Amino acid sequence: MADEPDIPARPDEVNVPRVGVDEWVATHESRVHRGRLRRELDRVPTTAFYAGFAVVAALLPLVTNNGYVIRVGFDTLLYMLLALGLNIVVGYAGLLDLGYVAFYGFGAFSYAMLASPHFGLHWNTLLIVPIVVAATALLGFLVALPSRRLLGDYLAIVTLFFGQLFVTVYQNGNQISLLGFTRKVDVTGGPNGITNIDNWNLGGLHITSLNGYYYAALVVFLVVLSMMYLVDGSRTGRAWRSLREDPLAAELMGMPVNRLKLIAFAMGAGIAGLTGTLFAGLNTAVFSADFDVPTLIIVYAMLILGGAGSLGGVILGALVVNVSLEILRTPGHASWIFYLSLLALVLVWVRPWKWAAIVLGGTLAFGYAVYGIVSAVWPRGTEGDVPIGGLLGDWLDTWMIHPSNPQTIANYAYVVLVFAVLGLTLIAGWKRWLAMIPTLYLSAFVWDNRLVMEPSITRLILIGVILIVLMNLRPQGLLGTQRVEIV
Amino acid sequence: MNWNLFVTELVAGITHGSVYALIALGYSMVYGILKLLNFAHGDIYMVGAYIGLGIITVFGGPLALTVNVVLMLFIMFLCSMIGGGVLGVMIERFAYRRLRTAPRIAPLITALGVSFFLENSAQLLLGAQQQSYNSFSWANGPIALDHFSLPAGAVISYANVIVIVGALVLMLALTYFVQRTQTGKAMRATSFDREAASMMGIDVDRVIVVTFFIGSALAGAAGVFNCIVYQQVFPYMGFQAGLFAFTAAVVGGIGSLPGAVLGGLLIGLAEAFATGYISSTFQQAIVFGILIVVMLLRPSGLLGRAVIQKV
Repeated sequence: MADEPDIPARPDEVNVPRVGVDEWVATHESRVHRGRLRRELDRVPTTAFYAGFAVVAALLPLVTNNGYVIRVGFDTLLYMLLALGLNIVVGYAGLLDLGYVAFYGFGAFSYAMLASPHFGLHWNTLLIVPIVVAATALLGFLVALPSRRLLGDYLAIVTLFFGQLFVTVYQNGNQISLLGFTRKVDVTGGPNGITNIDNWNLGGLHITSLNGYYYAALVVFLVVLSMMYLVDGSRTGRAWRSLREDPLAAELMGMPVNRLKLIAFAMGAGIAGLTGTLFAGLNTAVFSADFDVPTLIIVYAMLILGGAGSLGGVILGALVVNVSLEILRTPGHASWIFYLSLLALVLVWVRPWKWAAIVLGGTLAFGYAVYGIVSAVWPRGTEGDVPIGGLLGDWLDTWMIHPSNPQTIANYAYVVLVFAVLGLTLIAGWKRWLAMIPTLYLSAFVWDNRLVMEPSITRLILIGVILIVLMNLRPQGLLGTQRVEIV
Repeated sequence: MNWNLFVTELVAGITHGSVYALIALGYSMVYGILKLLNFAHGDIYMVGAYIGLGIITVFGGPLALTVNVVLMLFIMFLCSMIGGGVLGVMIERFAYRRLRTAPRIAPLITALGVSFFLENSAQLLLGAQQQSYNSFSWANGPIALDHFSLPAGAVISYANVIVIVGALVLMLALTYFVQRTQTGKAMRATSFDREAASMMGIDVDRVIVVTFFIGSALAGAAGVFNCIVYQQVFPYMGFQAGLFAFTAAVVGGIGSLPGAVLGGLLIGLAEAFATGYISSTFQQAIVFGILIVVMLLRPSGLLGRAVIQKV
């Protein structure tokens, strides 16, 4: 656009000294060309966004009394807390912690043991929470200890193993005896978990309602967020980031690298433990299977999608991922989301506009042509059920083929689709846009005939794809800032 | 002392250890060259096992095999090795290649994503239930049942012999390849210093592709080896096997091929004796304990060289 003012080569910010940042890198942001909207948004202080989020979140139970919506809101807050904790370890310190959900589980189980008929203990929550947070932080410290001298990769394997071990131990912890000498004691409830857990009891104030827990989670979240906001700009926060960018240089600059790693690990674990107490309080039952790899990957996807290292990004990532995963549970809603994302993908990715129109029109025409041919040649190919009703379902019935027994053919189509998508990345220009037309139709075919029926697997596949695609195309996530390399 | 139990666990340990060693070799090779912890490696092992199952089904299923068992085993290994190798090369090409110069954490997270994608795709396409090789009931020659006896009553089945001998042959072939051929030499050079190797005219991209192919082919073969003894195939089988194999690679000294074999055998034996003498629920804890002890006492692994970081 011609009427936009040029970005000054040396904006005012240059004169502000920035501690510990190369000047060229420090001014990188002001040299990046941004649209007008983005520049206006940049002018709003980030605290205003957080405050706005807090107000909107606090109003949610007043706007709706639908229990399901509040429940999703509560879960989203828990995921935001988890993502904030993981952000310290992965986003700031750059350490890959693959046992993170074990700390979450440890917190939940510790709460369950101290406030349930399992051991007959019914402590006050105000007492339990500090104990659990301290114990989880200590556990995180101990897990990180053996790998502190080593590269990040070793930490990844030790923590991954620790996470697995946690699940196994808690799964089999109902018959623990000390080297066979004592009688067997049921410590963790084993596969049955621990049930009948007490509600939160804040010195006599019992939180029993869903709304109560929602507000409790919101308060905890805001406290942790403020803490993170302060840590972000603190000396330790800057030290973590320097450690992430270059551990060797950080060490040479005199930073206590090992201590920084351990602090990051213990803090992340502590927040996970705190989140676990909330989880156990509302659900009143904990099972070790809830704290296995799928949960871990979901938290990672949230962190990566929003942008590791950026507080706003982490919050946005948790919100987007959790709400999308909830929507995926209902086929009717999921299909709308799927087709709208295909549309958005074409509109955002395909350039110039002329080609976007050709791809969209071509896909529509291609679909009608395939439908016509299949219904003429192989009538059973269009006899199957359309998985959803409504406007979209009616349209799909005239455009998409639904074989009467789709599973096998859709499985093969899935494999072909994977190869087709990989092939698309190898070709460029108009050939790619042309090849997109059958690929889009194929993906819609696989979606309608297979994926939409298996929401629990589909969501996990999508999470995996999100991680791969984001890391390859936009490793800084939606709101993260790109790393600037100086050679 | 119960001699019978001891020999049984010893054989089980060496068998499992050979499988872990084959997987660990791939981990170690890839790590040596790219410094990348390839979490998807365990899932290539899973895919290899499923390819073997597919071959059994093609030849009429376990109860009505239409070909000779030896021929079928040969075809199974060939297909699972080629299939695993091609899968590994594809993963490298499409998921990791763009990230060679990215911060270290980016390829690690991508590898997690690939692993998750493969596991759940397998579950979507093939179902979550366990399927079995049923090598006990193979119509012409039940290799898991036929056995020869040792003194003191211990028995070894032919399936165990096939696994141990087969793994040994593959390891010897790999050693020959790495030590004696031109490409092997290029591989060692790349692993030593990638930049210097490329300056000496080594086609690093090609070396990386070959490394992924060989490492993944070994994992594919390991999948079949595991299943002709232990039967069960399921989408998440690669996770624990991959974890144990990676532990084996770290214990032996990551980047060192003899180390990977030694580590694999050690982990396999530890697991078997833990199952036999203590309890099968604690095998994971014992392997984890070995990992921690080795990392505390000898962080570069049993046979690894200490890495000197150059600036």
